[in-house]
Parts: sequence; C-alpha cells; structure tokens
Amino acid sequence: MDFASFLIQLLNGVQYGLLLFMLAAGLTLIFGIMGVVNLAHGSFYMLGAYLSWSLSSLTGSFTLAIVLGAVLSVAFGLVLERLLFRHFYDRDHLDQVLLTFGLIYIFEETRSILWGDDVHGVGVPELLGASIPLTENMSYPVYRLFMSAVCVVLALGLYLLISKTRLGMKIRAGAFNREMAEALGVNIKLIHAVVFAIGVALATIAGMIASPISSVYPNMGSQVLIMCFVVVVIGGIGSVRGALISALLVGLVDTFGKVLLPHLAGMLVYMLMAAVLLWKPEGLFRQ
Amino acid sequence: MSTPRSHLEVLPRSLQVLLAAALVVLVAFPFIGTDFYAQTIARMMILAIFAMSLDLLQGVTGLVSLGHAAFFGLAGYALAFLTPAGEPVSLWWTLPAAVAAAGLAALVIGFFVVRTHGIYFIMVTMAFAQMVFYLFFDNKVLGGSDGLYVNFKPAAVLFDLEDKRVFYYFTLAVMLLVYAFLRRLLWSPFGRALSGIRVNEHRMRAMGFTTFRYKLAAFTLAGALAGLAGYLWGAQTGFVNPELMGFQMSAHAIMMVILGGMGNFAGAIIGAFAFEYLLLWFKDLPAVGAVDLGKHWQLWMGLFIVILVTFAPRGLLGVIERLSRRKEARDE
Repeated sequence: MDFASFLIQLLNGVQYGLLLFMLAAGLTLIFGIMGVVNLAHGSFYMLGAYLSWSLSSLTGSFTLAIVLGAVLSVAFGLVLERLLFRHFYDRDHLDQVLLTFGLIYIFEETRSILWGDDVHGVGVPELLGASIPLTENMSYPVYRLFMSAVCVVLALGLYLLISKTRLGMKIRAGAFNREMAEALGVNIKLIHAVVFAIGVALATIAGMIASPISSVYPNMGSQVLIMCFVVVVIGGIGSVRGALISALLVGLVDTFGKVLLPHLAGMLVYMLMAAVLLWKPEGLFRQ
Repeated sequence: MSTPRSHLEVLPRSLQVLLAAALVVLVAFPFIGTDFYAQTIARMMILAIFAMSLDLLQGVTGLVSLGHAAFFGLAGYALAFLTPAGEPVSLWWTLPAAVAAAGLAALVIGFFVVRTHGIYFIMVTMAFAQMVFYLFFDNKVLGGSDGLYVNFKPAAVLFDLEDKRVFYYFTLAVMLLVYAFLRRLLWSPFGRALSGIRVNEHRMRAMGFTTFRYKLAAFTLAGALAGLAGYLWGAQTGFVNPELMGFQMSAHAIMMVILGGMGNFAGAIIGAFAFEYLLLWFKDLPAVGAVDLGKHWQLWMGLFIVILVTFAPRGLLGVIERLSRRKEARDE
C-alpha cells in the first residue's frame, strides 16, 4: 500500500469513526444519564437521511435542508421524550427494549408510507463537489473532509457544553446523583428532555450529512445501530470520551480491515469487541 | 435502574385446567382443522419451543438476550448443510448434531457475553448475533443473502416426517418434552440457583456459587434448545435464510415471552401462539378503500408492542393472574 492510498484509507477510517461517534455519543449519553437502552437510535439516523433528501429537493438547498432538519429533529426529540421515553426511565431494561423495538417498526412503516421504499441519492452540494488530487489518478473528495469537519466541530461543541457551561454542570450533576441534584434545585426533568433532544439531533444530523455519500434507503438505521452498540460497549457506557476513542478505533479497524483482510472484514470489529470484553468487561472508559 | 418483577413460577389451578384443555385441542386439531391451519399450528409450536428456550434466560436467570435467534438459525443451517441435494438424511444423528452445533456456538459466545450485566448484556448479545448474521449474509459459500434450501425432511425410519400429520405430532411431542424438561429443571437445584442469580447475583456469589459457570451453562442450554426449534423450522419450511438469525427474530422471541408471562415456560408457549396469531392477523388485515391495512402490519405490530409495554408489562398471564386475584378478593 503506497502512501497516497494509505492516506485515503486513513481519512476514510477517521471520517467513518467520527460519524459513528455522532450516533454513539447520543446513545451513550441517554444510557448514562437516563438509563435507557434505545434500539430506535438508528431510526433517527435514517430519519435524518430521508429529511435531507426530501428537504433539499423541497427547498433546493442542502444547507437550508440541514438547518431545517436539525430544528425539526430537536422538536421531534422533545415530543418523543415527553410522550413516551420519560415514562420509561425507571422501568426495567426489558420494557425499554420492547418499547424501542416497537418504535423501530412504527418509524420504518411511517417512513415507507411517507417516502416509499425506493433507494434515493442526494446530490453533493456544488460548493463541496470538488476533489483534492493526491497523485495522477487518485484524489480525495472535499465533501468527506467537510463531513469530518462538521463532526469535529459538533464533538467539540458537545465537549464544551458538557464540561464548560452551567447546563453541562447540571447534566453531570444529574448523571452523578439524580436525587441530590434535584434536591439542590436542578430541574432534572428539563435536563433529561434536553439530553434526549441533543442525542436525537446528533443522530439526525449524522444521517443528514452522511446522505450524499451513503444514499438513502429503507432499514439503513439498523446496521449503523449495531456498530454504535459495539462502539458504546468498547468505550464504556456513559463515557463520551470513551465513545470518541472507541468510534475512531472501530472506524479505522473496519476501513483498514476491508482493504487488508477482505474475507474477515465483517468480523474484525466484533473480534475487537470480544477482546475488549475479555480484558475490560465494562469497556475501556467506564465512568 | 431495573426493578425486579414478581414471577409466577407455580401455575394456579384454574390455569392448569385451561392448559390441559388447550392440550386436548392441540392433540385433536389435525382431525378437526384444515391442513393449512394444522401447519400454522405446527409452526407456532416450533416457535413455542424457541420462546421457552429464551424464557430459561430471560424469565428464570434474568438475562435479556437480544441475540437468541442466532442459535435458532444456526441449527437450521446445520440441517441445510447436512442434507444432501438428492436424498433425505437421518433424523437420529442430524438432530443431535444440529442441537450440539447450536449449543457449542452458545458456549463460545456465552463465554464472552456472560461476563457482562444489564444493558451491556443486551447490546453484546445483539452484536454477536449480528456478527453471525453477517457471516452468513456476506458469504456465498454459506448461502449468502438468499439462504439455502432443505430439499428433504429428515428420515426417521420409524415414522415418516414428510406426512404433515406425523410432522405435527412429532413437533407436539418435542414441545411437550421440552416443557416437561424445563419444568423439572426449574425446580432442580440448578434451576433454583438460576432463579437465585436473577433475584440477587451478589448474594449467590457470596454463598459460594460460581455464578459465571451457572450463567454460562444456562446460556449454552438455552442456545441448544433454540437450536432444536431451529432444526424443526428448517425441516418444516424446507428453507433457511439469514433472516432467521436477525435481530427482529430475537426481538419477536422476547415479545412472545413477555406477552405470555415470564419464568414458568407455560407463558412462553401461550405467548408464542398469541404473538404468531397476532402477526398473521395483522398481515391479513383487509384493504379499506385504497389503503391495504395488511401491507402496513409493521405499523400495527409496532403500535401494539408500544401499547402493551406501556400498559400491561406483565403479559397475558399477568393480566389473568390480576383478574383472578381480584375475583378471590371479592369472593372472600
């Protein structure tokens, strides 16, 4: 493998990892703070992809579609939290599994009724349509770099929000000791709603920015959901830092595995997970 | 975060009578019902075996596996690989072989997953099952996304499984055997230890039980019994595909156990029948005007699950139990 193709794979791996992080961060926060296992998290990714497809053809602008979609996803997250998830924070994990499995069916079928079962493509916005030439016949699309940049900016924003702001302090306090935080006057219900909406928005935005390169198709959420589970298990539940490191690890292992060990590629990530489980059953960065 | 549910291990007398009556109907069905429905009921019985095997983990030991279908599917594939293209293969060695293969896979996967708890266990079982799913889905040698055909039903010499009625009674017998075995197991020292692990694993460990080994044994046994169901499924439908190992199948099994009521195996059987019946009912919904209601079965099933889990989290047996307790309170 020469340097140019190594660089391409490295960039692809990092980009895939960052995308996984966007989803896993929301999952791990919702686990860590509310104690809810959410199988429907992949559906938000799918929702994002379909929103970007229909909104960009409706408005004619990809940027506008992303902004509109982000706003819609926050609203959707808040409504969903208020109507359903709020009542399941203290319930058995088994009930949460069933609730969110039922939601997958509802979301998939609603998607089929609203948008049909066809595969769609979303055009890369013109401004980002160029490619950077690396050698005579190899180049790297600018759009993938843009995706990574968006993910890095959002990850940084999430970090600043949680560790540097007053809201972040309350979120951490709520995760650490719910009753005590409540006794000190933190509106924990509001905090939970905000965290849930952030999780939904991150997954939806991931689906929107991924749509031009992954295309838009039914059931696209379930495969990405499993990968996110692997990321969260490796990183340790509740740890956003763990999710970031583990997402990058999974992204790189998967990307390079496909090139170097093609017949084993599908299994490598799971083997990584099995190895981590033997070594640290609670994940690398369990809090 | 999770709250222990009360479990109904001893079945009330009224329910025992009801189950006995249901058994009479099952025995008589091939003579009173049509062939089509007899086949549907045979399928429900196979799924009941599958659900009971999951109940050993979910209801008795308190391990919620979202990957149980992997072992169900593996045994089905084992039958497909063992059956040659041109002739049937003997039941007497392929059935144990397929069950052993599923059990072995459960032992290996269990070795990793049983170390984890709660939410981790749910995610890790799902991830490993998905690994098995993609192994078969991606490899043409293993049938790929299209799956494999099982051209002949296994040959049993003593009876002919190609005869639908014989197959029906064979499945019924296997289901009853599995039920009797698991009920015995539930009240054996091993079963009591598993129940103890569900209620309080730390205390069991403090009392000197190597809970890791107990959980691994339960996981392996449950995987093997799921394999038994998967083998019968492959034999009945004559066809296996990766969907059998998919996470929808696993989630359906959880649904069956919940729907009936956990921890006593009778609930798993009732739940399997009820869930499969509902699924067929939703798929057969008529068209109203331009809207084909049956085509959108996922929406109805999704709504049903959400409503059930919100309002009746303890299943049908829980509802019956609550009603009978209310009646007793009134009678006194």
